Amino acid sequence: MSLHLTDVTLTYPDGDGRLTALDRVSLDVPRGTLTVVAGPSGSGKSSLLAVAATLITPDTGTVAVDGRTTSGLSRGELTALRRHKIGIVFQQPNLLPSLTAAEQLQVMARIAGRTPRTARARALELLDAVGLAGQAARRPHQLSGGQRQRVNIARALMNDPTVLLVDEPTSALDHERGAAVVDLITRLTHQRGTATVLVTHDRTHLTAADRLAEVHDGRLHLAASPEGTGGADRQP
Amino acid sequence: MVGSYRFHRRKGQARAVFVAWRDLKFAKGRFALMGSVIALITLLVGLLSGLTAGLGQQNVSAITELPADKIAFQDPGGGQDLSYADSTVTERQWRQWAGAPGVESAEPLGITTTKATAAGRSTGVSAFGVEPGSRLAPHSDKITGSTVVLSTAAADDLGVRVGDSLALAGRRLEVAAVEGEAHFSHTPVIWTSLDIWRKTAPPTGYGQGPSATVIALNTTSRADTAAVDRQAGTRTVATGDSLSAIGSYTSENGSLQLMRGFLFAISALVIGAFFTVWTVQRSGDVAVLKALGASTTDLLKDALGQAAVLLTGGTLIGTGGAAALGALVSGSAVPFLLTPATVVLPATVNILLGVLGAALSIRRITSVDPLSALGSAR
Repeated sequence: MSLHLTDVTLTYPDGDGRLTALDRVSLDVPRGTLTVVAGPSGSGKSSLLAVAATLITPDTGTVAVDGRTTSGLSRGELTALRRHKIGIVFQQPNLLPSLTAAEQLQVMARIAGRTPRTARARALELLDAVGLAGQAARRPHQLSGGQRQRVNIARALMNDPTVLLVDEPTSALDHERGAAVVDLITRLTHQRGTATVLVTHDRTHLTAADRLAEVHDGRLHLAASPEGTGGADRQP
Repeated sequence: MVGSYRFHRRKGQARAVFVAWRDLKFAKGRFALMGSVIALITLLVGLLSGLTAGLGQQNVSAITELPADKIAFQDPGGGQDLSYADSTVTERQWRQWAGAPGVESAEPLGITTTKATAAGRSTGVSAFGVEPGSRLAPHSDKITGSTVVLSTAAADDLGVRVGDSLALAGRRLEVAAVEGEAHFSHTPVIWTSLDIWRKTAPPTGYGQGPSATVIALNTTSRADTAAVDRQAGTRTVATGDSLSAIGSYTSENGSLQLMRGFLFAISALVIGAFFTVWTVQRSGDVAVLKALGASTTDLLKDALGQAAVLLTGGTLIGTGGAAALGALVSGSAVPFLLTPATVVLPATVNILLGVLGAALSIRRITSVDPLSALGSAR
């Protein structure tokens, strides 16, 4: 398993008491599979993603990324783990306004401490892979919403992550562009062998999932099969 | 299909100033405005430094250029401060110093401000009286009871050359030589014999024989200045420390240095304020970069590098402007001194204080929570 959550519980302060965001959640995500976690707003999807991204330490339970348990790691070690093993596709593209599309990817290579020699060629090929060939020199304000989201996806893949975490990627897109983005994530997951978790409240894209999970009130329920597929978990 | 690439790690170099450099190019207007502010402050600091040094030179160069390591004043007593204007030393005191162990030379020096006139032109001068043959004055072998040595500025002001005559406090004297740029208390120096000086500025004092203003000393480590001071009734200080005994120098230099210090502080504060606002504005970007795995150390280096580039650019422009203006006015009546100390030093201090101001303001990068990048819309 490349992402392994075991009995994860996360609570937040809420007045005099505490609000349970995740309640003994366990989730295994193998490489090369897309696990879609669906649920309404406030169900705990974003908390699940934050815990998996090592941005929040759970109250109890363990998180393991590519075989490495995150509990006990220092803040610097967690940052390094995110840098080398985890790719994050944000809900909003969150691109840096001063960078071109290619530079949004190149900065990832810089963050990983790698030379720029091959970074640009790799950035251009990744942009090509997400359908943005010829857009490398454009800055965020020169790109459409769908194009920015594709740059967001390509950026997350720049350092060859083992785990890809995708947060509501279609929330700012119309149905057609949203479907294209989900198709792209599915294809890249299978091609690149990432353990991908996509959280969404939009149930129209659930058919893309290899595995489906539902979150309600902080509790995770694995579905027997992706909605609408009528079969068991699909493996690529 | 995206190909597989092998990255080559280059430690410490690859991460530096990638985003910062692109921010500088992207937000040109904002950074140009800030760079202009830095350049103008640096220009002001540079001009003030040159003026401070120039005025200082006009005030004290005759003392700082003396071949003496210590100056002995008449002890004013009662805890009063030393003053070149008030000091009067006697021949007895001079003899005591001359005979003290560890004193290689002790030479009386008379100082007074008076008026010199030549061919219808007159100017205020400082008459420095020395013993004939003294090491204190240039060409002192040419100084007699009827001849004097002029500094270049004194000769220029009076319009005289070697062999011409001038009147000093009503006495006709011949110019034996013109040498040096010695100034004292903003007046050019005329080197005279002690006899002439005594007639020019009669001592007001104790009636203990011929006197001078101070005694210029050259001492070795064996000299016990405290003991000799007690015996002779003098107070001895290092030549550099004696500058505070020139009243106008202390107040003038203190005021100008205070202004310079305030300018440095203002510069650091302005830069700090700019980078505080800039850091707040880009805290969303910082959160994203942290979430993607950028270390806080690298982000701090990136931001500090940006500040250093901005500061260096602005300071270079400002310093260049100050040097150009200084070169333009240094030949005129404006006492502007253009040296590495008045150009490079203020620029360096400006950059260092600016970086310090920026460093304090970009500290907030450490407190940006990467979690805020999740679910945020910017």
